[in-house]
Amino acid sequence: MNEEKGMTIIVKTITRFTVWLIFLYGLYIIIHGHLTPGGGFAGGVIISLSFVHLTLAYGKDFFLKRHKISTLHNIEAGGALAFVIIGILGIAWTGSFLANFISTGKLFTLKSAGVIPLLNIAIGAKAGTALYLVFYYLVTHRSFIQKSESEGEIK
Amino acid sequence: MTLYLMTFFLFLVGLYGATTKRDIIKIILAIGIMGYSVNLFLILIAYRSGAIYPILTKSLGKELMVDPLPQALVLTAIVIELGITALLASLAIRIFEKYKTFDITQVRRLKG
Amino acid sequence: MITPYFVIIPLFAAFLIALIARKKENIAAGIALIVGIILCIMSIYSFVLLSGNEGAIYYHFSNWKAPITISLVLDYLSSFMLIIISVISLIAIFYSLQYLNHYTGKWQFFALFMLMITGMNGVALTGDFFNLFVFIEISLFSAYSLVAFGCEAEELEAAFKYAIVGAISSTLILFSVGILYSITSSLNMADVGRLLLNEKSKVIYLVYGMMIVGFGLKSALVPFHAWLPDAHPSAPAPISSMLSGVLIKVLGIYALIRVFFNVFGAPQIFLQIILILGIISMVVGGLMSLMQWDIKRLLGFSTVSQVGYIFLGIGLGTPLGILGAIFHLLNHSIFKALLFMNAGAVEYALDTRDMKQMGGLSKKLPITSTTSMIGSLSISGIPPFNGFFSKLIIIIACIQAGHPIYAGWAILISIITLAYYLKMQRFTFYGKQNFKKIFEKVPFTLKTSMIILAGLCVISSVLIIPGIKEVTLDKVTEVILDKTKYIEYIKPLILGGR
Repeated sequence: MNEEKGMTIIVKTITRFTVWLIFLYGLYIIIHGHLTPGGGFAGGVIISLSFVHLTLAYGKDFFLKRHKISTLHNIEAGGALAFVIIGILGIAWTGSFLANFISTGKLFTLKSAGVIPLLNIAIGAKAGTALYLVFYYLVTHRSFIQKSESEGEIK
Repeated sequence: MTLYLMTFFLFLVGLYGATTKRDIIKIILAIGIMGYSVNLFLILIAYRSGAIYPILTKSLGKELMVDPLPQALVLTAIVIELGITALLASLAIRIFEKYKTFDITQVRRLKG
Repeated sequence: MITPYFVIIPLFAAFLIALIARKKENIAAGIALIVGIILCIMSIYSFVLLSGNEGAIYYHFSNWKAPITISLVLDYLSSFMLIIISVISLIAIFYSLQYLNHYTGKWQFFALFMLMITGMNGVALTGDFFNLFVFIEISLFSAYSLVAFGCEAEELEAAFKYAIVGAISSTLILFSVGILYSITSSLNMADVGRLLLNEKSKVIYLVYGMMIVGFGLKSALVPFHAWLPDAHPSAPAPISSMLSGVLIKVLGIYALIRVFFNVFGAPQIFLQIILILGIISMVVGGLMSLMQWDIKRLLGFSTVSQVGYIFLGIGLGTPLGILGAIFHLLNHSIFKALLFMNAGAVEYALDTRDMKQMGGLSKKLPITSTTSMIGSLSISGIPPFNGFFSKLIIIIACIQAGHPIYAGWAILISIITLAYYLKMQRFTFYGKQNFKKIFEKVPFTLKTSMIILAGLCVISSVLIIPGIKEVTLDKVTEVILDKTKYIEYIKPLILGGR
């Protein structure tokens, strides 16, 4: 691990303990979006905050070493596409965009509310990655310009 | 009534900031204040005195709920505002690179 | 049931481009072009479809009934706007295939373009106030990013100004939607209109004011016009023609017509304000463009002036005035798109927008020069072209409604319009040659799209011929002037009433 990048060892250690809790809390909010306050966007924000947490503590190169940024782009666009596709499936089954086409289940259980949990997951994927990408591009702006000049890509 | 007037006053504060301040960052903050005032206003419309939160639970009796629709509107408006703020911040960074200043009166390469 | 696909298809295409075409720019352009063609066919088909459906098709999301869910309303006015959006955007996409040679990041351009079409189609179709706000924001977001697309200093500055003004106007619109909700407890436009019939509250005037300022900021009425001559010229040429040709009309003029005529029932105070502001923007825009030396900036001020004509027609409130206004709206989107594309072609060839460094281009760029002449003559109101008929109708409507002074102003500004377009022709395409050399030839797709638009300038005058007028423009006018039909449809859906 690169000791020069990021914050002190104390922050890094604490981050190692807390970042999973934040991430899991975000997942919980997304999955229980139809039962409790919250939902796709709120949970997505929390998930992106866990990534932001990592980036702040370990420096901006930490994340890029392990994951390609294009993976995040794919998840983002895929989340949005999944939302539209679920809506179109509603047309295919019942003739109305975003209509419910699967069993509504039993009230107050996790498996209820039809397609809404699926939509929440799609929104969560989109919002979580998109917010982190916004943060990432704002943080790494300077280096991104230099990198993009060599690749001939603008943002 | 006073509360409604105060949200409108907050809105005017944001409008004043957006139209008279010279610093780009302050303008962005003023746009944010305008948005928050509208969000507050929507939440105020939804309020019913003595009502509970609008969440369906097992132990729910016949209590009065506050109006959930404006709360959903506020959530959407917050998302949109977040997008606008991020876009404005990135534009501000780029403008600072080109003009080397955050002063809007010196960002005047366009005529008129 | 084609109504929701106007929103779904471009939305799907935008994210599809973002998912699969990030490295392959040709695929991005291909998807955009295919979507443009599909939307074009669908929008024309929707106009035909309406005659078999009593003039309106209602669509409800997620199998709920209207006041609860979001509804889409397709009537002749929506369909008319959809046709304008899709035709101009198809030509703009075709134009940008080769115009973007100098730019990098084409997939971002096309993805944002698709999102902009999504927003505009949504605005044209929606029957819900908050949904209107959301779709306005979607299209404006993409518009801000597209104005800043080149990342030059001027473009960033223009995009920043545009974004600030857009944010202020959107906040005003959201505020007024909130007030409307507090009065009526409904967001469905038809339902709000129905409930406002019995509402005597004075707070509705606050809503009128906020809506006029909010949508006026978006359509560049004169006290609120300052952003337009900065933002529209700074964008890449296909985006300039989309912004000036379509965006301000859908977000500003269409939204004002829909909200004030169909929902609020055309209150007299609104008509008077719009009439006065229309005259002022006509005059101010015309006089300001006389002074410009930047070719695209001249066109930007000219947009302000021509939007004034449209508002003059709307503000009269008579059937003939409305007919002239919507006809001028159609014509203006055609010839302003054409003129911005001409300016883009000149900029592509010479790499400058200053008219003092042009001159004598008619020999070097014959197609650009000819089509630009056709566009200039149309916008100045010279007889065989479409601009003449719409301006004539507006002027006759002024006299019929008992406002001969306004008619005089309209004629005077028409002459001024001819003056500054002749100035543009004189310094750009004729006269002494002031440029050193042509950097690049105008490519094929640029030429083709300009020729198509120049053809449309002539063809669209056909719409005014008796016999064709009755099945096209008159249907749209009926929708605007019919105060009850838009509201009536909600009544059977509400059980018992409130």
